[in-house]
Amino acid sequence: MNLKVNIGNLELKNPVLVASGTFGFGKEYSHYLDLDNLGGIMVKGLTLYPKEGNPPPRIYETPSGILNSVGLQNPGVDGFIKGELPFLNEFNTKIIANIAGETIEEFVTIAQKLDINGVDALEINVSCPNVKEGGMSFGVNPNSVYEITKKVKRVSSKTVIVKLTPNVTDIKIYAKAAEDGGADAISLINTVTRMAIDVNTRRPVFKNVFAGLSGPAIKPIALKNVYEAKRAVSIPVIGMGGISSTEDALEFMIAGATAVAVGTYNFINPTGSIDILEGIKKYMLKNSIFDVNQLINSINV
Amino acid sequence: MEYVVRENREISNGIYRLELEFDEIPMPGQFVMINCGGNTLLKRPFSICDHDADKLTIVYQVKGKGTYNLSKVKSLDTLEVTGPHGHGFDVFDKFNNILVIGGGVGIPPLLFLSKKLKAKNLKIALGFKSNVFLVDEFQKYGDVIVTSEDGNTGMKGYITDAIKDDIKNIDIIYGCGPKQMLKAVKDIAEKYDVPCQISVEEHMGCGIGACMTCACETKADVGFHYKKVCQDGPVFWAKEVVL
Repeated sequence: MNLKVNIGNLELKNPVLVASGTFGFGKEYSHYLDLDNLGGIMVKGLTLYPKEGNPPPRIYETPSGILNSVGLQNPGVDGFIKGELPFLNEFNTKIIANIAGETIEEFVTIAQKLDINGVDALEINVSCPNVKEGGMSFGVNPNSVYEITKKVKRVSSKTVIVKLTPNVTDIKIYAKAAEDGGADAISLINTVTRMAIDVNTRRPVFKNVFAGLSGPAIKPIALKNVYEAKRAVSIPVIGMGGISSTEDALEFMIAGATAVAVGTYNFINPTGSIDILEGIKKYMLKNSIFDVNQLINSINV
Repeated sequence: MEYVVRENREISNGIYRLELEFDEIPMPGQFVMINCGGNTLLKRPFSICDHDADKLTIVYQVKGKGTYNLSKVKSLDTLEVTGPHGHGFDVFDKFNNILVIGGGVGIPPLLFLSKKLKAKNLKIALGFKSNVFLVDEFQKYGDVIVTSEDGNTGMKGYITDAIKDDIKNIDIIYGCGPKQMLKAVKDIAEKYDVPCQISVEEHMGCGIGACMTCACETKADVGFHYKKVCQDGPVFWAKEVVL
């Protein structure tokens, strides 16, 4: 059975990744599963300088979903290289560094710092809805998506993936902008900007008013975006957004995703990513599919 | 892990006690994450109220969807539980005069702590809104004083006011309760320069330190630093925390 898939020059041993922001820097989950079994780890978003993030509350459960407003709390790119990367490199899995600049120049600097052994790919985060500078403000402007991708590509020898936001009217434009900028792949979706109100105080639950919705609630949104994006570009698509079962992951692959990332479901079931991988293998056996690549974009419309 | 429920019953108005079979050894102040079923998504964190051989007890208040679902669980049902999680209370042999102070639904983890403390002189101060719970169990371990905000049981008023003048000979304070109460406890500890550990609460996602949502503001060399309640806490030194 072949489970290997290619994202540009990056070969993944299997198509199951874990999504940025839901897996820390791997350490926490290493007590629950063997990280070697993952296709890759998309680490928590990295900024140029250490970032404390937003004041609590940062999480709120909604029907079949969660709203979060973490605001990219992370030790900064240098802190990551020194404090987190050595542990991750003990494992035989691909390390995809999610990078979040506040300016275009910061994206370039972070990419340069991460052009080192032990980092296999970069995921450009132009889609975080919870920060004031950078993040989604870039991702809703196709010119910014194009420009950041192009400039990062110029300084980086790594596979460059652009993570897109669903908070746009036509995802195809943004997928194309990333491809035109030279991206090796796109990943989608980041969280959907939504809100919640405390009726007792009549205040928004979150200090930033808006927050990012993830979990099963957004899966149909993500699936449509992946399906549409796949048809707009010729580079690989990494699908994510509410994947919580083997069937969910298969849907994304059939819709056109070369790989999938498990996100919020990691919080609910720490071994969820591996359970999904095992489920994909079972599905392949049952349906006499010998190469997982046969599944990709196999939708019959 | 799936664990079998031995008992789940209401012990006071809206306060439930749930016992389940459990094969891990927790420390006082740690918590477990429980899948409360129904249409809840995330597991909910519950402080450990007691632990005995293979039995774990939690005492919880029905507040939202998760705790409502949990209150309907019956003996021999199974629950999906992870843990114990987090950094609990530090127990020191050198201290003989100890004050344990709790408020409302923050009281349960202090029972397990009181049991583990081997102090010669253990003062236990428990503050309630109105109806009391667990008081008789605390009496096994130390001298208990009780207050209620409406005067229903014990002295009327806040527990932090009741112990104010009784701090001088205390070697260490352990506290758990609502933020306002913890603030008062921290102030008292600082005023009398007594070491103090408090257990804090925050909305939690994963319970294992990955999601970065249960942020607790702590002092740092420059500015502040958000620590994780689930992993760095829930118990912190009071002087470290910004409340």
